[in-house]
Amino acid sequence: MKFVENQKADESLDLVCRMCPLHLLEPGDKMKCMKKGQVLEVLTDYDGALEDIPAWCEKCGHEFIGLEEDEDCYKLYIKKAK
Amino acid sequence: MKRVYLDHASATPVRKEVMEAMLPYFEERFGNPSTVYDLGSEAKDVIEEQRSKVAKLIGAEPAEIIFTSSGAEANNLAIKGAAFAKKTKGNHIIISAIEHHSVLNSARFLERLLDFEVTFLQVDEHGLVDPERLASTIRPETVLVSIMHANNEIGTIEPISELSAVCREKGINFHTDAVATAGNIPVDVNALGVDMLSLSGAAFGAPKGVGALYFRKKLRLMPLIHGGIQESGRRAGTENVPAIVGLGKASELASKELTVKMDHVRKLRDHLLKGIHDGIEQVVPTGHPQKRLPGHASFCIEAIEGEALLLMLEQDGIYANTGSACASKALKTSPVLVAIKIAPDVAQGSIVFTLERSNTMEEMDYVLERLPAAVETLRSFSPLWGKKTAA
Repeated sequence: MKFVENQKADESLDLVCRMCPLHLLEPGDKMKCMKKGQVLEVLTDYDGALEDIPAWCEKCGHEFIGLEEDEDCYKLYIKKAK
Repeated sequence: MKRVYLDHASATPVRKEVMEAMLPYFEERFGNPSTVYDLGSEAKDVIEEQRSKVAKLIGAEPAEIIFTSSGAEANNLAIKGAAFAKKTKGNHIIISAIEHHSVLNSARFLERLLDFEVTFLQVDEHGLVDPERLASTIRPETVLVSIMHANNEIGTIEPISELSAVCREKGINFHTDAVATAGNIPVDVNALGVDMLSLSGAAFGAPKGVGALYFRKKLRLMPLIHGGIQESGRRAGTENVPAIVGLGKASELASKELTVKMDHVRKLRDHLLKGIHDGIEQVVPTGHPQKRLPGHASFCIEAIEGEALLLMLEQDGIYANTGSACASKALKTSPVLVAIKIAPDVAQGSIVFTLERSNTMEEMDYVLERLPAAVETLRSFSPLWGKKTAA
């Protein structure tokens, strides 16, 4: 797993307290409104997202930039590739 | 026999327009909104239309509405869901001493099972919560405050915008139970400054079994019902489409009719109260004399037992309430009347009339004709009345 620090993002999605599969559905919807090259930050407290989101990025062709651990959640960064 | 129904805080009849709007969703449009074919996607679209109507009623955005099965579920979701989500930030909750049991018992649940501490904020003799008292009760570990918009037993409307401002300054989530107000008086989540607000369809012409929780964008809320992705993953379970359509239609009607309805029920209520105070001795009003729901009349009639009076009125076709069905079934004095310091013997004579748009002045006159006689009959059996009149 690649860790990042102070990663900037164009959009943020707070999915803390929301269960599977929202961590895959909502980023997909959000990405539709973003431009190529923009970065989405996903906040989640769901451990499964650490595997699912990188795998989802690979499948959809987006770049998984990395992960940062916050006080009460994970922050995952995705760059829209197309 | 004539029927005069004056217990609309307990339930309102489903309006004809609401029933007509709901009917297609029981049979020909029965699809599950989560399915991908047209029957499902049509149902999903209809739910989103209703979300907009409910949001409009309270000045919210559609995405800020979660449909629930009742006002009680909305209150549970607000209290438990917001407390769970903030568990790492603090463990102190403040609620007023006159909240509905769905708020009181949700807070007690958190206290008993999850190490939360709950402060039950006292009210004044009219049932009002003092913003300064609230401010002095807040601690560094306070994460949630819940004060009802209006009390269904005594009719008092709380100063929610002042109370929420106290919390906003300190970054504390504020919830209000608006079951008694939404659809009955103007409710605007931004003017009130609340983070969460509960409402119930049964209070304004929708069927029982449907309610909603408003939650401000970006608020974290732990779901209570886990499962599918309905309600954006915040409340699992296949949606009750007909009931949601009913809530949407009732919200649409309420948005249009609110001012006329308020004027109408206020006139009736004032006429009824004047007649009662003129015609019956020793009646103690409860709740705030001005800051109260327009269609709400509440008082205690000394030296009678409220439930006995309800049964006598029922024989004349008049339906009212004592205000606290749970307390009276448990043979307890109403906690709300205790909180506003009504003497226990006086509190036994609590009577609440809650009016709606369909009530008429003729009905008020009918109640004024029958009520004094019923009270006189009950007092004639009462040893308490004998003592009072002898004194």
